[in-house]
Amino acid sequence: MSTITETRSTPTPPPTAAPELKVTGRRVLRSEWAKLWSLRSTWITLPLGLLFLFAVGIIAALRYRSMSGSGQPMDPDFVDATAYSLALFGLPFALIALGVLGVLTTSGEYTTGMIRSTLAAVPRRLPVLWSKAAVYGVIAFIVAIAGAAVAFAVSSATLSGTAAAVSLSDDGVVRGLLGAGIYLGLVGVIGVALGALLRSTAGGISALVGSFLLVPGLMSLLPASWRTDITPYLPSNAGESIFALQHNAGSLSAGAGLLVLLGWTALALGGAAYRLVRSDA
Amino acid sequence: MIEARTLTKRYGERVAVDAVDFTVRPGTVTGFLGPNGAGKSTTMRLIIGLDAPTAGSVTVNGRRYARHTAPLSEVGALLEARSIHPGRSAFDHLMALAYTHGVRRARVDEVIEMTGLRAVARKRAGAFSLGMGQRLGIAAALLGDPQTIMLDEPVNGLDPEGVRWIRTLLTDLATAGRTVFVSSHLMSEMALVADHLIIVGKGRVLADTTVQDLVRQAGGDTVVVASADPARLRQVLAGPDVEITGRPGSERLSVTGMSPRAIGIAAAEHGIALFELTAKTVSLEEAFMDLTKDAVEYQSTTPTGRAA
Repeated sequence: MSTITETRSTPTPPPTAAPELKVTGRRVLRSEWAKLWSLRSTWITLPLGLLFLFAVGIIAALRYRSMSGSGQPMDPDFVDATAYSLALFGLPFALIALGVLGVLTTSGEYTTGMIRSTLAAVPRRLPVLWSKAAVYGVIAFIVAIAGAAVAFAVSSATLSGTAAAVSLSDDGVVRGLLGAGIYLGLVGVIGVALGALLRSTAGGISALVGSFLLVPGLMSLLPASWRTDITPYLPSNAGESIFALQHNAGSLSAGAGLLVLLGWTALALGGAAYRLVRSDA
Repeated sequence: MIEARTLTKRYGERVAVDAVDFTVRPGTVTGFLGPNGAGKSTTMRLIIGLDAPTAGSVTVNGRRYARHTAPLSEVGALLEARSIHPGRSAFDHLMALAYTHGVRRARVDEVIEMTGLRAVARKRAGAFSLGMGQRLGIAAALLGDPQTIMLDEPVNGLDPEGVRWIRTLLTDLATAGRTVFVSSHLMSEMALVADHLIIVGKGRVLADTTVQDLVRQAGGDTVVVASADPARLRQVLAGPDVEITGRPGSERLSVTGMSPRAIGIAAAEHGIALFELTAKTVSLEEAFMDLTKDAVEYQSTTPTGRAA
């Protein structure tokens, strides 16, 4: 029997990959930044979040002025209102818009199959989650603080001279606006984490809306003593105390609220990281 | 070089890949062949770390894929399932992947050019035809200029033009000295491009062979010859490249390494009368079917004797 010799002559040495090719944290960040801005949903949802924040805030301020000028008794919802609280009237709406987009940045990777390309490029996986959370958290923060600042500027100008007047130089206002930005930035990060944890858009959005908007409503089902113990620690209540100007007896201080919300964020991110590393993509 | 060692993947009760051992050698086209459900796609997912093995290991150029600093320059993979966000343009998709490795924009343009996507590069990938989607997947696989290209069923569902394009691409890559690992469930397709074949069925390696050897094993160039004196005929035909087998007591011999014509002439020169001289031709397709017949997921059974 003859020996079978390899018929192919010595292959030409393959072109060695350019030496600078290497996955780094910064490059993954850059990639996630590019991914976010190359989707239409980003260009729709972010302006929508911004619009909710200042449009609703401005409408609330105008409504207050027309009521306070009319001489009729004040609507009970508006009795304690200030230019600051009215400016942030649209915050829950912006929270949904920004939170949903956060969910989409990760759940969309799974529902479309993009995750396979992403993880083939970054097989260590965790840098993808950290980058998505960082990129989107910062963007949500900037959008929220911009929206809140514009809403407050208009609201404060509209209501100067009324009982609700608050100006930027008043105690805690700047810190509060910053707090509102941080709150929505963290909501964005929680959205990113929930999308990665549940790998489903519907599931992620439900979990987000449920934990921020529905669970607080369910607190009334608890015995009163439990309710006062638990409620301040819910993500939504903790978040609201970050930017609230007045802290009543039952709520957390701004610093404590921030710590509690950071805890929730870390929990969600930790769960997402665990699933990302441990289960098949 | 891809090396799998007792690579195993279980999904609950089902064993998708069952203690598989194989090596994909550099500079060749290795066909990864098997019926649907044989574990080809799972194996490829294990190679690039999308799935974690239940047992065993698979390495790429000596390390696990995830341990490389620039994975896209080690293996470029085109998976069977679409791995693209339909809302992103082809260019943006490639750019997003390029950023992770610091691949220059010029290279992105280059792979777009190579795969003929220039006209549609700014269009949403969701609107792409199957063939265009495959081209985009291949563009992504080539992005990091990897030494090894891995493609899962690249011709599945493509029109003849697309099939030809892929075929040319595979041979071009191999000629350029790349390692190509390509899966298919079509033997005929593999025979055209592959040097080496790894045949799997039900998660196991059934054969690790070359196209020529597979043909030979299946009796591809065997000649069956019968005469009254097989022992003498055996002596007459014996030679360095000739292999002769026959059962004791049987008039028939199976000869490989000689053409029927040469056998006939040799027999006539020695005055041996032949009763039979048949060239056994076996197509690759048959050889493959023969190997995998016990391993196909859904066997079709012809109904017999069930009239009325």
